[in-house]
Amino acid sequence: MSANQILMSGNEAIGEAAIRAGVDAYFGYPITPQNELTAYMSHRMLEEGRVFIQSESELAAVNMVLGAAVSGKRAMTSSSSPGISLKQEGISYLAAMELPAVIVNIVRGGPGLGNIAPAQSDYWQGTRGGGHGDYRTICFGPSTVQECVDLVYLAFDLSDKYRTPAVILADGRLGQMMEPVTFDHLEPPNPPEKPWALTGAKGREQQSIKSLFLDPDVLEELNVRLARTYEKIEQNEVRWETLQMDDAEVCIVAYGTSARVSKEAMKRARDEGIKVGLIRPISLWPYPYEPIRQAAETVRFFLVPEMSLGQMIEDVRLAVEGKRPVYHTGRVGGNVSNPKEILDAIRDCCEKV
Amino acid sequence: MPSETAAKKSDKRRGYRRPYALTEAVTHYCPGCGHGIIHRLLAEAMDELGIREKTIAVAPVGCSVLGYDYWRIDVSEAPHGRTPAVATGIKRVQPDKIVFSYQGDGDLAAIGTAEIVHAANRGENICVFFVNNTVYGMTGGQMAPTTLLAQKTQTTPGGRDQVVHGNPIRVCELLENLDGSTYLERVTIGSPANVRKAKRAALKAFRTQMDGKGFSLVEFLAPCPTYWRMSARDSIKHINEVLVEVFPPGVIKDNTGQE
Ligand SMILES: Cc1ncc(C[n+]2csc(CCOP(=O)(O)OP(=O)(O)O)c2C)c(N)n1
Repeated sequence: MSANQILMSGNEAIGEAAIRAGVDAYFGYPITPQNELTAYMSHRMLEEGRVFIQSESELAAVNMVLGAAVSGKRAMTSSSSPGISLKQEGISYLAAMELPAVIVNIVRGGPGLGNIAPAQSDYWQGTRGGGHGDYRTICFGPSTVQECVDLVYLAFDLSDKYRTPAVILADGRLGQMMEPVTFDHLEPPNPPEKPWALTGAKGREQQSIKSLFLDPDVLEELNVRLARTYEKIEQNEVRWETLQMDDAEVCIVAYGTSARVSKEAMKRARDEGIKVGLIRPISLWPYPYEPIRQAAETVRFFLVPEMSLGQMIEDVRLAVEGKRPVYHTGRVGGNVSNPKEILDAIRDCCEKV
Repeated sequence: MPSETAAKKSDKRRGYRRPYALTEAVTHYCPGCGHGIIHRLLAEAMDELGIREKTIAVAPVGCSVLGYDYWRIDVSEAPHGRTPAVATGIKRVQPDKIVFSYQGDGDLAAIGTAEIVHAANRGENICVFFVNNTVYGMTGGQMAPTTLLAQKTQTTPGGRDQVVHGNPIRVCELLENLDGSTYLERVTIGSPANVRKAKRAALKAFRTQMDGKGFSLVEFLAPCPTYWRMSARDSIKHINEVLVEVFPPGVIKDNTGQE
């Protein structure tokens, strides 16, 4: 461990990364497994002279974020799956009002109250908008505590740049696990000017920020403008990691905690002589379709380990376009596959194809 | 929409001076609606206190959602009922600004009950202007939490029945018990004298915030002739004779230390 590294849980590291990114206001409501994040912010924000509120609900929290965002400030809220469902109305409004904000989801088992164990079953919600209406949110799926730090910092910048909310989709294991992290490489925050912010009509015309457009033609203009923003994000902000794809006959596509386990399974498969490579999406939206499309030209099949019944697999299939078989594996209900289970799945699939 | 000069000319003819904080836009409100009067009161109050340029309002989902077209101030929209949460976010990051939410009874006392109770309980240094017209105006006159017993609405065609639909909520009295609330007053716009009183309450609410004294709420008993199915004149009578019995006007709580 180098001198500048400290041991932190994912939840706390996310909080500190937000502080380093210059978050002006944090609003949260208790829910496991993300409570360490709210607790961390409860003292760090006050130490920094910034705003912290434990709100009465997730509905209130996300709308306090909205209030801070219309003021031109950097704002964040965090929760876990059931709480994120409650925030979806607010996230839809944030998207419609073209407001930056960062929303952290430390995903737990679902549906319903589910449990407090790690899961990846909110992938659709995180990558398909989640609330009502035609919109997207930037969505990052970190797989280490250091990556939580880096992606939270980036989420603030991109959310400001494109004026759209950004979601961090981690899971309970990442939130709870401790790893060495550094913040030294993070530049001091440099948010853009926000002339659209509501700061009082002093020396200028009044301004408003809204999402109601009764005239369908006017709403259509907003929809088209949002679509252009999303196109730009798709062009510029796709991020992924590739491992040993050069000679791969089998391609694993996995993100977050599943990717960590997959890496170990991949190593064991290679020891047995099965040439496995890995594509790890880092941005879940925009999705790295292109590297997967290219892999479809050379590999025999794809395996998608997920801590869900199979959600991201739909994106893999979109990329592969039926050219190769795409298989799912994984545990659900808050369980995490071990490397042996994934290795077994690789072997089984090899026999099928 | 009339041109600015045409509007001014007609204003002059009536001996009417438009507060600067009120735009020239012609409101979309129904004849006899209370929102226009209350918008004007707030605009006059902002002008008199010289706070127009540092005031930020939060408009609700309801008939007054277009508030940003009518006030010459910065205005944010909020999802239905979340108005006090949005106002909280704005005020906490811009404590030097004046922040108010403007809410109907559906927005404030049904879907947004949690938000108003907790904003009051935290003693947020904001003003809430609460328009109690005993119905949901925007969606076509359904029962509101403030609908009177026996009042007919789209969803209480036989009249509000206590057993089936519960009772009208008295918001000021509900918030009175919270230690965080500073100033709560119920006013009516049922006569010129009462309109002047209502404006004094608005001024006092703004001053409470300017002095950093915390949460204030002014409840306006206001007419909705369209969904009361009454003439504008009968609606005023209805406020003065019926509404005030259920929602007694007056200062419900005053910890401001002001006159
Ligand atoms: C989440 C949500 N639920 C319902 C609605 C529909 N809706 C719009 S306005 C309104 C009620 C408004 O009534 P009130 O707050 O009393 O204000 P008024 O229109 O009478 O001024 C409702 C239910 C909505 N826009 N959003």
